[in-house]
Amino acid sequence: MSAVRTPLRYWLQLAATLAVCAFLVVPVGLSILAGVTENFFIGVKSGLTLRWVVQVWDLYHETVWRSIGIALACLACTLALGVPAAYALARAQSRLTRWIEELLVLPVAVPGLATALALILAYGTWRDFRASWLFILVGHVLFTLPFMVRSVLAVMMAVDLKTLEEAAASLGASFRERFFSVVLPNVRSGILAGSLMVLTLSMGEFNLTWMLHTPLTKTLPVGLADSYASMRLEIGSAYTLIFLVMIVPLLVALQWAAARAQKRGA
Amino acid sequence: MAVAIHLERCGKTFPDGTRALEPLSLDVAAGETVVLLGPSGCGKTTMLRIIAGLESPDAGGRVLFDREDVTALPIERRGVGMVFQSYALFPNMTVAQNVDYGLRVRKMARPERDKRVAEMLELVDLASFGARRVDQLSGGQRQRVALARALAIRPRALLLDEPLTALDAKLREQLRVEIDRLLRSLDVTSVYVTHDQSEAMALGDRIVVMERGRIAQAGTPQEIYQRPATAFVAEFIGTMNRLTGEVVDGCLILPAGRVPLDGLAAREVMFRPEDVRLVAAGEHHLRATVISSFFLGDHTRLVVDVGGTSPLVVETTERRTWPRGETVHMAIAPGAILAVPGQAP
Repeated sequence: MSAVRTPLRYWLQLAATLAVCAFLVVPVGLSILAGVTENFFIGVKSGLTLRWVVQVWDLYHETVWRSIGIALACLACTLALGVPAAYALARAQSRLTRWIEELLVLPVAVPGLATALALILAYGTWRDFRASWLFILVGHVLFTLPFMVRSVLAVMMAVDLKTLEEAAASLGASFRERFFSVVLPNVRSGILAGSLMVLTLSMGEFNLTWMLHTPLTKTLPVGLADSYASMRLEIGSAYTLIFLVMIVPLLVALQWAAARAQKRGA
Repeated sequence: MAVAIHLERCGKTFPDGTRALEPLSLDVAAGETVVLLGPSGCGKTTMLRIIAGLESPDAGGRVLFDREDVTALPIERRGVGMVFQSYALFPNMTVAQNVDYGLRVRKMARPERDKRVAEMLELVDLASFGARRVDQLSGGQRQRVALARALAIRPRALLLDEPLTALDAKLREQLRVEIDRLLRSLDVTSVYVTHDQSEAMALGDRIVVMERGRIAQAGTPQEIYQRPATAFVAEFIGTMNRLTGEVVDGCLILPAGRVPLDGLAAREVMFRPEDVRLVAAGEHHLRATVISSFFLGDHTRLVVDVGGTSPLVVETTERRTWPRGETVHMAIAPGAILAVPGQAP
């Protein structure tokens, strides 16, 4: 409709943006393509196949299930620990709690390798624990808990939970009643956003897990590294494809939940 | 249903050592509306929260509802209705569910609850709003829902914490009238916290003016306005003029004239702007020059200089303009002059 000619600058900017996008997306696309190509060195003309995907599944399906299991267990732990912790922080606003909030980001700031080393130093001698997937779970909980707490805490602060609870109490609601009828429903968006974040981070966690795993407790990202190092390129790529299929829906849901939480808070 | 509230030596010291409330006592009669009035930080909200059970008084303080000692009773067992400045409606519930909340918690039977909710929404003129979400309401409507919710549980006392402060001037006026109607018709004991003196005057059977954790004065709005007990009360409620001069023959002598003291023996006196009349030269007590004038529709407010002390504020209904620098003659209504409390004669 506009009679004004679109300026040249607009087209230049668009071209630059598209070029950057292509730079980032092409490698992912190539990798996916490699996973379904008969022989990547010959190229797509060698034919497309799901053979590699099937082979990866045969070799590594345990890591997929383990990763899902650990992510869900991690979610359960962060919910059980993180929601009450956020609640306590939101209710007892003081200088001390603000310090604790700041300290909460520490596990994120410290390199995962260092955290893992500390865990091994402290608990490595407990042989059964060290050898089990629970050891990895502890690392994941340590790493993801701050994300849950901060996500829930942000919503709790935005809805002025303290006054809502005082209102509920004045109407006769006991602590239990207010927690389930007023607190939880009003911070649902924060819990959802936090949960998706925890799942995504746990599924993709490599740093910590690489240090904590044993040959019998490989997770998906560790398996990926393993396949890149020791398998043919097509298998590694097919493995990446499986990882993407699992993680992308989570990322999309995460964006959606975050947008929703923000709308709620405003 | 309505109870008398007694506070006995209730003080409040916060963990960091700040004294929010000096130990003080207060009695609110059953069915009475008492307004706690004062600037921010005077302890009025702390006092309300002690009555509500949201704060506990320092050791030695007691809160009684009629003759029952409720000091140790948490808020959820005190049966008080609370209305907050921020409305504090539950965003996850509809209007009707909000009003119903206290009844549901009390495990009342469903039909009875529905009836009570409808009744309450009717009472605050929101009968057709039951199914609305809270965020679809205006500020005034939200506060009316909050009132209905607090009243639905048939509270032993209604406690209101600056309920009109978040509203704009026009709505504030409307809702104030509505709250007044509710409090009068329901015969519920209420304690109302505000920093707005006109709200306090309009709503309170009694006003308790607070200053730095103490009660500066408690009395009817008329007493507080006409016989302020301290200089702080005099200046916090309305506008008060002050004059200082020499007392000679029962008159206060000033450079601008002489004011008869009606037997008062004070060299520092005060009076309200509306008690000053503009008169013809010769009938006057004081002569002054106009510094500025504000036309306010139904009256004009003049700020005048009488030399020496701070300017005086005068109100007149005369229909004319007052150019700056004009000389005016003023008389102060007999009986309107008060000695400044706490001053040696």
